[in-house]
Amino acid sequence: MIALTIDGKEIEVETGRTLLEAARENGIHIPTLCYHEALKPYGGCRMCVVELETPRGPRVVASCTYPVEDGAVVHTETDQIGQLRKVAAQLLMARAGHTPFIQELAASVGVDSTPYTLPTDSCVLCSRCVRACQEIVGIGAISMANRGSDRVVAPPFSISSADCIECATCVQVCPTDAITLKLITDRNRTVHVWPSEFARGACRLCEYHADEWMDVGAQEQTVHG
Amino acid sequence: MKQLASPKELEAWRQEILAGVDPERPCLRVCDGTGCRALGSQELLGKLHEALNGDGGENGKVDVVATGCPGVWEQGPLVSVDPQQIAYMRVSPDDAEAIVNETLGTGEVIDKLLYKDPSNGEQIVKEPDLPFSSLQTRRVTALSGQIDPCRIEAYLAHGGYAALARALYDMDPEGIIDEVTRSGLRGRGGAGFPTGVKWKFCRQSQSDEKYIICNADEGDPGAFMDRSLLEANPHSIVEGMIIGARAMGATAGFIYARSEYPLAVEHLNLALAQAREHGLLGENILGSGFNLDIDIRLGAGAFVCGEETALMASIEGRPGEPRPRPPFPAQSGLWGKPTNINNVKSWSSIPLIIANGPEWFAEVGTEKSKGTAIFSMVGKINNTGLVEVPMGITLRELIFDVGGGVPGDKEFKAVQIGGPSGGCIPADHLDAEIDYDSLSKLGAIMGSGGLVVTDEDTCMVDLARYFMNFVQEESCGQCLPCRWGTRVLLDILTRICDGEGEPEDIGRLEELAPMVKVSSLCGLGQTAPNPVLSTLRYFRDEYEAHVIEKRCPAGICRGLITYEIDEEVCTGCMVCARNCPVDAISGEKQEVHHIDTDVCTRCGMCMQVCKFDGIRVY
Ligand SMILES: Cc1cc2nc3c(=O)[nH]c(=O)nc-3n(C[C@H](O)[C@H](O)[C@H](O)COP(=O)(O)O)c2cc1C
Ligand code: SF4
Ligand code: FES
Repeated sequence: MIALTIDGKEIEVETGRTLLEAARENGIHIPTLCYHEALKPYGGCRMCVVELETPRGPRVVASCTYPVEDGAVVHTETDQIGQLRKVAAQLLMARAGHTPFIQELAASVGVDSTPYTLPTDSCVLCSRCVRACQEIVGIGAISMANRGSDRVVAPPFSISSADCIECATCVQVCPTDAITLKLITDRNRTVHVWPSEFARGACRLCEYHADEWMDVGAQEQTVHG
Repeated sequence: MKQLASPKELEAWRQEILAGVDPERPCLRVCDGTGCRALGSQELLGKLHEALNGDGGENGKVDVVATGCPGVWEQGPLVSVDPQQIAYMRVSPDDAEAIVNETLGTGEVIDKLLYKDPSNGEQIVKEPDLPFSSLQTRRVTALSGQIDPCRIEAYLAHGGYAALARALYDMDPEGIIDEVTRSGLRGRGGAGFPTGVKWKFCRQSQSDEKYIICNADEGDPGAFMDRSLLEANPHSIVEGMIIGARAMGATAGFIYARSEYPLAVEHLNLALAQAREHGLLGENILGSGFNLDIDIRLGAGAFVCGEETALMASIEGRPGEPRPRPPFPAQSGLWGKPTNINNVKSWSSIPLIIANGPEWFAEVGTEKSKGTAIFSMVGKINNTGLVEVPMGITLRELIFDVGGGVPGDKEFKAVQIGGPSGGCIPADHLDAEIDYDSLSKLGAIMGSGGLVVTDEDTCMVDLARYFMNFVQEESCGQCLPCRWGTRVLLDILTRICDGEGEPEDIGRLEELAPMVKVSSLCGLGQTAPNPVLSTLRYFRDEYEAHVIEKRCPAGICRGLITYEIDEEVCTGCMVCARNCPVDAISGEKQEVHHIDTDVCTRCGMCMQVCKFDGIRVY
């Protein structure tokens, strides 16, 4: 067991947990975006930043990836942290301020508008879909393509991928509904955003096969939540 | 082929090599580094052999040695004539015959090929007397330009691999780490972490396998220190790595080099093959029972792949994206095994420390930064090139004495140190002593040693925009602050340079830049705002001139300047009108000309072609 202090509260947790897990298990809220219980920590959105005391002054770390250390003293609500989350939320608002999820997340850190401009898109590049497809489904039909602000989620070469089994796990984990599922004929579905109109394979984990799950009334549905 | 099975055999071979060296034998050293090759050194070598007519080479009367770059790339191709050490610069293949017939034949010095001091026009004959050479402290680069990098014998003749023999036979791993720690060597890849401490962490990690890596990714624009060292003295890096492997208990080594460095890779491959052939690499090195092999991995030229965790991901075959630390490479690195990664210059400092002792190494430098620093000096400076100077030299000495100052009668403005992750330092701080800590206090970083000198004609907002453009393109895009923060910072800077900035933009830069610096996942994002922050710190008035007065004080930003013809000066020669690519200039022959500001694209062509200096920028 490891003993540490978060916001003045003395906490004991198992070795190997992250600061975020330790905080959450003890009722301390830290805002997150790319974090998802079912996925490995990623450290991409930096909403979950906290301050760690060190001999050389406070150090900012992402709580979702930083491991608990014996004797660590952590602060989750300092002025600096508030400022860092605010600017991150403003950047998110510039990107996807039209989505309810981002509006809510931003509001939770006191942001309702943005002084910045970015090309808008519902996708906030949290990589939950990519990681879910890889880590949970074990398929890896999609990945991050391009660098920097040109980064997008795409199947290889951005062309229709026969690897997608249309299990809709990505649709489940997408926080902003950037990915949707659409019925295109009475038997075929497509996972929107990237092309995937293909004869599907079976899931390696649960033997699920998209063809057997098709009597869905709605023409377009979003699997979410 | 000699398989060396003990230090004794190594020494015996060294003596044999030295016995064959005749210090009086004439020798032409021709720089054949990448820079000089681009300037025609290969053709020059061919012509020299032709002129020597069979006399060149081992069996002839004159040695002809293709060396790596000694640093003065702008003056290339270089030819040095031994034993007199006459230094010729900007030598063309047509000069080959004169060098052979006159200098080698009658001993005559060819004046037109000598270096001329730009300050007083004085000609300098001998290599060690060149101003930029005499002011340097050459240690790591001592053999650059002196030896043939493709022959292990040349390295051995200068004491090569003696440090390795000592490390294998006379020292235990802790002893090696102790000497490296006491030398005070700090990582030359940028961050300046104490090398001995890092080695100790890696040594302490328990594992069946451990790796060492040489970071030869060198991605800073304008930086060629590592390339030059890899080309000029590859064995020193290999020797340093084997010593490090022995100290840390590493089982395999990798050199991660960019594929844009084909000559460096060729020389490294040769060095590795030679070391293997002679029992200095592979199994049972020098008969000591210690095993290590080193492989080369090529990177595809992404700046972020120089970051250690991205570099390891790239070696593993994954996308070159950094990952959060901890765990640090010393605990879990390449393929999850303890790994130690050092820069090219750090590795090649190791044999020097082991051979000469940590005290010798620490003789030079400041209290917390020992040894020498290698800078690549470019921009508005007379002697562009690579220099090795003691840590603690002042910026003034470096730029004005070693670098020869700013060309023309222009005034020095600032120096950007540390590449895109660094910052710029203005004239007020020219007397600052350069070391890791002083530079970071001033808002710059040592980085890998890239140094860009600017003069009064440089716009600092434009400079910040240039570096921001670089980092924004090189950001891997994984984390939000760097992916979008640098993008927004670049958009704002571009807007300001285009004349469309608002006074509020300065506040936006000041709010966003610190967030990118603190919140980003890896060193790229954490240092990306430095050029903006340091120019804002020292040249805030230039930003204000751009957004409030809508004026670019340096006369660079096209959106903010107007070209006009000085009526007093214009002779109506029509040269500008003929050269203007968009026909913005009108006027009759021998009458004053005018520029139509609406048509003018501010390309500056008229200014370049006007013989009477009659174009004004406002
Ligand atoms: C974006 C980025 C690029 C880097 N590029 C290089 C590089 O080209 N060469 C290098 O040696 N270190 C580079 N580094 C530093 C390495 O991560 C690492 O600190 C260094 O190789 C350690 O070696 P040292 O201790 O000998 O300096 C880079 C770091 C960052 C964040
Ligand atoms: S700081 Fe930039 S380069 Fe580093 S992980 Fe984040 S996006 Fe990638
Ligand atoms: S939740 Fe920690 S970085 Fe996204």
